[in-house]
Amino acid sequence: MSSPAPRRRRLEVEDIGDIAVVNFVDKKILDEQNIQMIGDDLFRLVDELGRRKVLLNFGNVEFMSSAALGKLITLHRKLQSVQGKLVMCKIAKGIMEIFEITKLNKMFTITPDEPSGLQAF
Amino acid sequence: MDVTISSDLAEARRVQNQIEEALQACHYSEHDIFSIKLALEEALVNAIKHGNQMDPDKRVSIHYGVTPEQFQIEIVDEGPGFNPEDVPDPTSEENIERPCGRGLHLIKHFMTEVAYRGRGNVVWMTKVRKDDE
Repeated sequence: MSSPAPRRRRLEVEDIGDIAVVNFVDKKILDEQNIQMIGDDLFRLVDELGRRKVLLNFGNVEFMSSAALGKLITLHRKLQSVQGKLVMCKIAKGIMEIFEITKLNKMFTITPDEPSGLQAF
Repeated sequence: MDVTISSDLAEARRVQNQIEEALQACHYSEHDIFSIKLALEEALVNAIKHGNQMDPDKRVSIHYGVTPEQFQIEIVDEGPGFNPEDVPDPTSEENIERPCGRGLHLIKHFMTEVAYRGRGNVVWMTKVRKDDE
């Protein structure tokens, strides 16, 4: 089997006040191994770095499969369990359709852009 | 086109890229290409991961055709198959927080027609071309 993928940066995290604004480095969020690592990095923000307000900016993301949705649900639950909040913004039309079809748009707080995302906390 | 690949997601990715190029050559809309790419990703991951259990000795056969009017594909894995009716509705209240099980639901939405054949190890799907609204 193939050796583990080299550890590379998949997220860019910027602190705006007490909100961690997360941008995805990759245009495509695919492949189990990759998604696993993105999930690990996201969970670390909450579990190890103690962040309670997370804004995921999807502005760079052009394509995503259902495999990534599980990580977003887990992140949402983790934040809820510590009275934190997850907000997502700048989701492309096709990806937004994925959230709508799966009805996850009702579970998540989704805003059109980053300023409105920052306001949503 | 007929292609047979091993249970390897990197090989699947190559076929996905070939199909995307064929769709672009036929000037399919951005939305149609997104829809087909998503359905392909979900179906190929299902075939390799759930059907063939990532077994490198098992193959996935892919037969597809792209015309200016429609895209059609059949994906056959060597797994035991499944009954799509046994897969719970991922949008129902009791399942909405489950971390997986949304692939089939998305395929059904994004493609024009989907059918499971054989013992449930064959997925056949079409997308009738629609220009961007």
